[in-house]
Amino acid sequence: MQASMIASTATQARKLSTEEIKEIEHEMQLYPDKQAVGLEALKIVQKYQGWVSDESLLGISNFLDIPVSDLESVATFFNLVYRQPVGRNVILFCNSVSCWIMGCDKVKAQLSAHLGIDYGETTTDGEYTLIPVPCLGDCDKAPVMMVGEAMHRHLSVDTIASVLPLKNVRGDK
Amino acid sequence: MTDRPLTKNIDLARGALNLTDYEAAGGYAGARAIANGLEPSDVLERVKNSGLKGRGGAGFPTGLKWSFVPKSDDATIQRYLVVNADEMEPGTFKDRMLMEGDPHLLIEGMIIAAYTIQASRAFIFLRGEYFDAERSLAKAIAEARESGHLGRDIFGTGFDFDIVLHTSAGRYICGEETALLNALEGKRANPRAKPPFPQVSGLWGKPTIVNNVETLCNLPGILAHGVEWYKSLGSGGDFGTKLFGVSGRVKNPGCWELPFGVSIREVIEGYGGGMQEGFTLKAFLPGGGSTDFLTPAHLDTPLTYAAIGELGSRLATGTMILLDDKTCPIGMIGNLMKFFAHESCGFCTPCRDGLPWVDTIFRDLETGKGSFKDIDILKDHVEYLGPGRTFCALAPGATAPLGSGLTLFAEEFAAHVSGAKCPYH
Repeated sequence: MQASMIASTATQARKLSTEEIKEIEHEMQLYPDKQAVGLEALKIVQKYQGWVSDESLLGISNFLDIPVSDLESVATFFNLVYRQPVGRNVILFCNSVSCWIMGCDKVKAQLSAHLGIDYGETTTDGEYTLIPVPCLGDCDKAPVMMVGEAMHRHLSVDTIASVLPLKNVRGDK
Repeated sequence: MTDRPLTKNIDLARGALNLTDYEAAGGYAGARAIANGLEPSDVLERVKNSGLKGRGGAGFPTGLKWSFVPKSDDATIQRYLVVNADEMEPGTFKDRMLMEGDPHLLIEGMIIAAYTIQASRAFIFLRGEYFDAERSLAKAIAEARESGHLGRDIFGTGFDFDIVLHTSAGRYICGEETALLNALEGKRANPRAKPPFPQVSGLWGKPTIVNNVETLCNLPGILAHGVEWYKSLGSGGDFGTKLFGVSGRVKNPGCWELPFGVSIREVIEGYGGGMQEGFTLKAFLPGGGSTDFLTPAHLDTPLTYAAIGELGSRLATGTMILLDDKTCPIGMIGNLMKFFAHESCGFCTPCRDGLPWVDTIFRDLETGKGSFKDIDILKDHVEYLGPGRTFCALAPGATAPLGSGLTLFAEEFAAHVSGAKCPYH
């Protein structure tokens, strides 16, 4: 255990799973020091847990033996590291300039009405979280969004509802 | 010989060529030219003579950049090549096409660059959202490793070289090369002070070259077909080809490989098909969100770094964003300011505090709460956030559309105040 971590904090740390450790150790072979693996470790944990909890953050800090404050400064810096729970599918909705010119604000309003959520919110069934994302680099097919790992292009007010299969997602925030 | 060295293999409907097909199409000839006896200094000389300039935005001569790596015969000194594949400039969608469409071209370019600076290890710093590019590159790297194009003694040169594919997690500032290096080291991605420049002290303090994807993709052609061929492509003082793109209300938005010197009109009206019915071109940003507005009066300008520079803007990424007559220019600039405010790393005060202030004023203008004093404050910020006032180029980039927009759209700005609403709504 990390010497610098006080006991009460150390006990809060989650023990990383075998799969998580295996993947993190693979990354450790690619970089000359442990700090460089911090972001990779955050992404690996997020892949398995859905998000990065305080317990996970402490667990990574423990495992890599890097200060939790350093790790948190990285975790909070990046748009795609989630320090709050998110839905099973994260919708990254592009709101940058080319998509804006092509009418993404209206599409977003329609999408929000369809899902019953605004930016930063998750549907009540835990299926979708809606987050704005800077330019997705697909500007000739604007407006665009990404759901999970899949791009959705040429979005329109008329078709946006059919893009996302809805179960029982409507409800209060 | 081809006149489209960057995209000749690209057919997005078919998918990327595998290693065998890439080699059958003449691929890895540039790398084999090295195996036939080119010394690193020979390659450097050729790249210098080719006139290749960095395609990431700044347009700095590639050979000159490489030449800043301290010369040493000591092979034990670790050097690094880093590929800037963090494409995130608003309105820019060119590197995505190269990585998804022809990943072996990038790998071959990396081999040539790494050999020249004698870097045994390279990192591709790829945008986290580019999952398709990640899959395409990972497959190509595995193929290259299996065939011995990566690993020990590649192409029988005695040179060892391998590639690590690093995926980021979404921050525009990582495109700034020193911020990118901090991110790769696992640190918060604030830019570093320069000097020392990365060529001398970069990744983990070692000599490091950071090159853009499109820049590296130029190298295989230069080595395979020669400097004379390369220089015969392009005109107006720039050589080779460039990916030029158009987004906005044109009939056929897209990205095409064209020789330097092609006119803006040919790209927008020819390849882009002109404006959609019912829309006319009001203004455009010639090379992504960090460039100054140009107008239809500039349509016959050739696309070269010098010609666009003379107009007070920048060629930058070469991907143009078009503003039409039905879209509010204040809204467009406000959208860009929101982006820059969000993506400021927060390290230096003018950028961290100035951009959100600018963003707030644009929201006020949009909702009819803006004043003429606000417009003066925006003008002040063009100076306060300009070149030399901040730690890196992010905020100065934001002042490009802001400053040029304040001049070009002065009437629209005033109308938002005097009418107490956006006249486009």
